[in-house]
Amino acid sequence: MSFVRKQKYLIDYTLSSLGRRPGKNLGLLLVYTLIVFMLASVMLFTHSLRTEAGLVLQESPEVILQRMVAGRHDLIPADYLDRIGRVRGVSEKYGRLWGYFYDPAVRANYTLMVPRDREIVPGGVVIGAGIARTRGLDEGDFLTFRSSAGEPVSFRVVGLLDHESELVSADLMLVNEATFREFFGIAEDYYTDIVLRVRNPREVRKVAEKLAVKLPDTRPILRDEILRTYDAIFGWRQGIVFVLLGGAILAFVIFAWDKASGLSAEERREIGILKAIGWETADVIRMKFWEGAIVSLAAFFLGYLLAYGHVFYLSAALFEPVLKGWAVLYPEFQPVPFVDGLQVATLFFFTVFPYTVATIVPIWQASITDPDTVMR
Amino acid sequence: MIHLEQVKKAFNQGRTNEFWAVRGITLELEANRATVLKGPSGSGKTTLLSMIGCLSRPTSGRITLEGRLLSNLPERFMTDVRRSTFGFIFQQFNLIKGLTVLENVMLPAYPLGPDHRALKQAALGLLKQFGLADRADYKAEWLSGGEAQRTAICRAMINQPRILIADEPTANLDTRLVREFMAMVRDLVDMGKTVLLTSHDPMVFDSPQVAAVLEMRDGLLAEA
Repeated sequence: MSFVRKQKYLIDYTLSSLGRRPGKNLGLLLVYTLIVFMLASVMLFTHSLRTEAGLVLQESPEVILQRMVAGRHDLIPADYLDRIGRVRGVSEKYGRLWGYFYDPAVRANYTLMVPRDREIVPGGVVIGAGIARTRGLDEGDFLTFRSSAGEPVSFRVVGLLDHESELVSADLMLVNEATFREFFGIAEDYYTDIVLRVRNPREVRKVAEKLAVKLPDTRPILRDEILRTYDAIFGWRQGIVFVLLGGAILAFVIFAWDKASGLSAEERREIGILKAIGWETADVIRMKFWEGAIVSLAAFFLGYLLAYGHVFYLSAALFEPVLKGWAVLYPEFQPVPFVDGLQVATLFFFTVFPYTVATIVPIWQASITDPDTVMR
Repeated sequence: MIHLEQVKKAFNQGRTNEFWAVRGITLELEANRATVLKGPSGSGKTTLLSMIGCLSRPTSGRITLEGRLLSNLPERFMTDVRRSTFGFIFQQFNLIKGLTVLENVMLPAYPLGPDHRALKQAALGLLKQFGLADRADYKAEWLSGGEAQRTAICRAMINQPRILIADEPTANLDTRLVREFMAMVRDLVDMGKTVLLTSHDPMVFDSPQVAAVLEMRDGLLAEA
């Protein structure tokens, strides 16, 4: 009980001590909070993007088969579906039609696709929110492009894709098969690629090996590989932001070290008085430990909360251009709030811990001096 | 009560600027009375006082308090003895700026973790006793010299020490305040405290409240 009371007295004294140097401590808290805010924003945002991308890709097929000609992706003949024949573990296989279209009016690439689960009227198009925003379109409006044959083709907007999947669908245009083939001039017996559904994840690799043997001019792409690629892309983008933040972090470290380790004459005198009136070296160190801990914990929680609000309520407005989207049109989406315990712990360890230690060392040096110095 | 035997204190020992501030003092200090160490600056009064008060250790010699050897205690035990036995009043008063008078008085008790309400009552009681009841919420830096000194006395008394040590307590005070201070010394002795002062002010060592005067010169006790 007395131990708890003693800690309460020490914290009480620490708080009043912090209050007595408002300029120094508020400045430190501000800079410290800003650093935690920036680091936590990047971490929360990239983590959330990865999670989001993972969720979206969960629905995608396990294996995508592409035909290669001279090392480049080419259209795949429809009879390859028959040549694959029966492969153990494959529950479904079908050809897909998709491609890119450059819209010179807004200087952006759109992704055109034929959906399997959605019937779209001939000449109709369902567009992603990014396109709708950039071109100012709504249902019933018309969109005209030049086809591969040089003819103008008008699409009527029959639907908009919902916001939730905007991260990957901002630039998406869904059309029916006949419209797609006509627009791009793709013959009836060709697909962009073939996808295979494999129920058992342990069989995916085996299926891919069999495909590579049966159809040597194709390459199977596994969903796991795509996930890994996205992961690497986000990891790389996060890395770039961290490098950019590196300078700021270094400046903070110097600032914090200076603030935390440089004891003013007034503080040294105060430590001398405390020792002379009966405080032990350990009490003084504990008090200063609380001082460092209070400042860094406050900055950590404040910075983390601000980052949480910034990422999940303001869509990470500060980092959006660097971190978000592989669609050419910038998507507008609200990341799903998700906090990773390990990430919080890492951030905590790299911010709170060094500062607290930095405050202890000089205090220890000051507090082991003989208390009789205040008598002189 | 306190016995010193051949106590010596050197600073910068073994270096070219080695200096012996106290060069072998043997004396006995009696309880429940005021004793003054007088002498010119540099005579070793403050160094001797800080060794008696467990603020520093002698280079050689023994200091005992009621038979208990203090001079070779480890830091932790020395702090314990200092906290429970001695109260200090410094020449510059050494109040902590920015804290209130009440907080300054309560400060020496914090490491003991006493009940907060009881501690506050004790501190307020002391402030009342020394005529500072209406100054409890004042910041230390707003006090006059006399008030600061009385606050320092209250702070020295908060852990109910048996011995009060005051280093040049009247150096910054005018005649009226010195008289007031000596009256307080009499009160403290009446309360059963042992008071040990250093001073080279005749108003202190010639005061009727002082029971014994020890003169120091060049780190030694001068022959009476």
